[in-house]
This record gives sequence, C-alpha cells and structure tokens, in this order.
Amino acid sequence: MSSQTPDANQISHANQIPDANQIPDATRTPDATRIHNIGYRSYDGPRLGRAYARRSLFSQSLRGAYGLGRSAKSKVLPMLLFAVMCAPALIIVAISVYTKADKLFVEYTQYAILLQLVVAVFLASQAPQSVSRDLRFRTVPLYFSRPIERVDYVLAKFGAMASALFVLTATPLFIMWIGSMLAKMDFAEQAKMFGQGLVSVAVLSVLFAGLGLVMAALTPRRGFGVAAVIAVLVISFGAVTTLQGISYATDNTGAIVWLGLFSPLTLVIGLQNAFLGARASFPGEMQVGAGVGVVYLAIVLGLIAACYGILMARYRKVGL
Amino acid sequence: MIATESLSKRFPRVTALDRLSLDIGPGVTGLVGANGAGKSTMIKILLGLSPATEGSAQVLGLDVRTHGPEIRERVGYMPEHDCLPPDVSATELVVHMARMSGLPPAAARERTADTLRHVGLYEERYRPIGGYSTGMKQRVKLAQALVHDPKLVLLDEPTNGLDPVGRDEMLGLIRKVWTDFGISVLVTSHLLGELERTCDHVVVIDGGKLLRSSSTSDFTRTTTTLAVEVTDSDAHPDGTGALRAALATAGVTIHAGVEDGLPGAGHILLLEASGEETYDLVRDTVAGLGLGLVRMEQRRHHIAEVFKATDQEEVPAR
Repeated sequence: MSSQTPDANQISHANQIPDANQIPDATRTPDATRIHNIGYRSYDGPRLGRAYARRSLFSQSLRGAYGLGRSAKSKVLPMLLFAVMCAPALIIVAISVYTKADKLFVEYTQYAILLQLVVAVFLASQAPQSVSRDLRFRTVPLYFSRPIERVDYVLAKFGAMASALFVLTATPLFIMWIGSMLAKMDFAEQAKMFGQGLVSVAVLSVLFAGLGLVMAALTPRRGFGVAAVIAVLVISFGAVTTLQGISYATDNTGAIVWLGLFSPLTLVIGLQNAFLGARASFPGEMQVGAGVGVVYLAIVLGLIAACYGILMARYRKVGL
Repeated sequence: MIATESLSKRFPRVTALDRLSLDIGPGVTGLVGANGAGKSTMIKILLGLSPATEGSAQVLGLDVRTHGPEIRERVGYMPEHDCLPPDVSATELVVHMARMSGLPPAAARERTADTLRHVGLYEERYRPIGGYSTGMKQRVKLAQALVHDPKLVLLDEPTNGLDPVGRDEMLGLIRKVWTDFGISVLVTSHLLGELERTCDHVVVIDGGKLLRSSSTSDFTRTTTTLAVEVTDSDAHPDGTGALRAALATAGVTIHAGVEDGLPGAGHILLLEASGEETYDLVRDTVAGLGLGLVRMEQRRHHIAEVFKATDQEEVPAR
C-alpha cells in the first residue's frame, strides 16, 4: 500500500498538510534520483507482548553492561575488566599444566574473593549506566507507557545485572576447569569443586547486583552511584576484616564469624564455607558451622529480597 | 476512542479530576487546560498507570482498570518533559522502544526507519540525540510514540519549548498523523489558538472539571480574530489609521481594544474574520493604499478568553 505523495524530498514537508490526491502524479516530472515518500504503512504483524518486551529489556541491559550496542568508548572499561578477571585464571592454568600439579593452586571458591576489586569496579561502573541513565534522563516513562509493568522493568534490570556479574565471575572458573582437565586432574573432584564455585559466584552475582542497582537507583547522579557502590562493597569488606583481625589478635575468636555478617563479600565467604565446602578464609581459619551458616543464608536472601523491594518502591514514584 | 464516565481523581490535598464525562471519537482531539488543570493526570489514567478514585474510563473499548497492558500496546504516549538519553542515536532509541512495545526485531528496525522518516528525521537519525535541536528532539519523542503503529497517540504538550516555526511544523505533523497515518490523536496544550487549527474537536478542562467540549468549527466561529500590521508610507504617515478607516468603510468589524503593554501594540489592528473573503479584502485594501503588509495572522487565544466567553454565554458542555 504505497501511495506516492508529492512532497517527497522536501525536508520541510512537515509543516504542510500533505494530501496525496492534491497533485496528480502525471504533473510531476519523473526523476530517478528523487527519494519518494512511499506513504505511511500500517503494521499488521505480530505484537509479542509483555514477556517479549521484558526479555528484550533483559538482553539489551545485559549487552549494555559489556558495552555492546553502545559507543566504542563505553566498551573499553567492561571489556578491560573482563580481560583482567580472566587473565589470572589463564596464568593459573598455564602454571598448573606446566608443573603437572595434581590440583589448581587457587580454589574455585576463592577466585572471586581474590579479584573482588575487579568485580566491585565492574559493578560500580555498570550498575549506574543500567539504571541511573533511565532515571536521570527521565526515560522511565517511555517504558511504563508500554505493555511492561514496574515488576518487569525491575526484574529485567536485576536479572541483567546479575547475569553480567555471573558472566564476569564464572568465565574464569570455566577457564580453570577446562585447564584442570587439560592437566588431567581428577575429573569428579574438579567437577564438584567447579560446581560449588559456580553456585558461590551465582549467589555473589545476585547479591552484588541487587546492592549495586539499589545504590545506583537511589543516586541518579552517576558519580555518586559509582562512589556509593565502591564504598559499600570495598570499604565494608575492609572494615569487617580489620575488626575480625582485631578480634583474632585479642583472642575474641567467637566474634569473628558474627562480624562476617556485616559486609556483602564476607557474607558470601561465610556461606560458601558453611555449605559449599570452601576453605575458611576468615582469620584463624574460623569455621562457619551449619547453624551460623543458616543465619548467613537468611541474611543473604533477606538482602536480595530487600533490594528487590527497594527497587520496586523506587519505581513506584517515577511513574510518568 | 476514549470514553470516561464521571471520572474523578483525588489526591490528599487536591482534586485533579472532578466527575469528568467525555466521549472522544476518532480524529484529532485537543485537550486544553491551564497548568494543573488535570491534563497529565487524565493521560496517566487513560494509560492505566494510575487508578481513578471513582468513575470509569475506556480506551479503544478496553477498561483502563483491567486492561492496562493491552491498552498500552495499542496506544502511543509522548511525554511533556525531556525523556531522551543523549548518548544514543534516534534510531537506537526508537528501535529499542519498538521492541518494548512488542515488535519483533526485524519489524522494529523497519518501522523505526519508516517512522523517523515520516516525522522528518533523515541522516541525523544516526547521530547521538545529545546534539539535536529541541525541534528534532520533539520529533524523536513523537516517533517513539508512533513506532508501534498505535490506534491512538496521547501527546502531552508537544509544542512546548518550540519556536513559532517549530510549533507550526509540529502542529502540521500532528495533523498528518491523523490525515495520512489514520492514527487518532489526543493532544494537550494550554494554548487554545494552536489547537483550533489542528484539531477536529476541542475539550477544555479547568480545575479537573469539563468546561467545554465541542467541534473546532464552533470555536473558530466565535474566536477567529485577525491581527494585521502594516508599514507607514509617505502618502499615509499613519498606515494603521488609514487601514482602519478603509476597512471600516468596507464593513469589517474592527476590535477597539488592542493588547496593551506589548511592544508595537499600537500598530496592530485586530479585526473579525468572517471567512476567506476577509483575508482577500485586507490584502487588497493594503495594496490599494500602497502600504507594506508586515503581518496578517490568526490571533492565538489564551485559554482565559474561553473562560470569559463561557462566563458570558454559558455554553452547555456536551
């Protein structure tokens, strides 16, 4: 259904009220180079609805976290961090294969903890770009005037950020696992430890994504968001480990495990120590028992739920 | 297209909409009201994003209370405020928004290219939006509201912040949305004058109450006023006075009062336009006197004038 209107290649045609029947086609001089306005075409194709829109937002946000579909400049930092995250894994594999070691000299569950700063910087840089931009430039109403609802938006953004972190933290583990097989290490044992490592980084990814998005969503100014994420993740970890060190030095070892509840990363450390067979990495090799482990689990789940709740409340006000 | 039945929206301290009953058919409908008259509240309710305190509303025959997502799939919305991220191109943004409306990826890209061309964005659509002029940004906002080929678009103050030329272009574009695309339009504004040329039907609300609802021709009949400004010449040192006398002789009603306080107000004649012939008459008279015609335009009425008219005539609301 393409009717040709006479004002085809005029930039200023918007201020006229064009009428396709006004000038008969015969009065126009044929000119091959003219751009023809082929008229408005209506859309009769499928409308895939809410679930599809949510999926599209998820994939757009996940790709966006790595700078895909964004400017070349915004690809630099996430890609660099991804490379930095994977490089040690390659080195570990190389050394393990070369020395014909019977196990990797860094455990799967310890890897993300060793490289926590890379994870924190990734989250601090990408969480604000995922949610603060929409708030700051007031793009959110464009979403909510479409079939998706608040819950779809929050779930898509939350899921995308958690998935981006999972890709970041799980890829090096995968490299190490492949390496362990190349080095002909015990398959069953490595597979089990790799699995435990994956569960651990999955928990870490969801928890960190929630915290990062909440802080970014509450601070529309991007700079503040970055600072807040770094502060909460890195400074709280530093403070907790310092206090744990003091407790250990003063023979107050009972407090060490409980202090671990006060920073996101020590929560993950405690949780994987209790349930995922990870080595205790608190001072004095303090073990988190199953009982305290349940408290850790409850707090991790509670924090994730709270982050979701805060995000939902945050977007209630935005509306249009 | 839109039907509301004693629709009310009360906030703790304000009543935004007060028992508003409307029946809006296909075509271009203007929703006029001063700031805070309840226009934006109305749009939120129509999109199913804000529940009404009482009363009911239907859009495209669907109840806003229960069918919000279905309505939003078939309705486009252009916000009043800035809503465009500066670091993406118009194409990227509109493709993404098309997918948010449920269009498959290939269709989203195709419709985006079409829609941006229809709103008058060409090569610049690949550049980041941050570098666009206000007029171009308004076009992008309109494009994202049209990209999923809705049955109805809700445009909230689309001419805000535009210069007179940009305003006219935007109004022409809005007219085209209905005449060429067949998409019904509900457009809000606080300026009645600009809507009467664009809309088939105008609804005036104030303080959440329906003040007046009628087809544009009714408004035009009572409100068409021409502003004419002419130069002086050697033969007629007071060009305005000469034209006033000549037109009065020709039988044109000339309003005594001109807007005071505006620069050059003394040189502007306001006259009643009874039809096409008045325009010709003014042109011929000015030419006959040998004066230069600086401008001849339809006066843009402020909403306040309708209030005055309503007070005087008590025009019954439909």
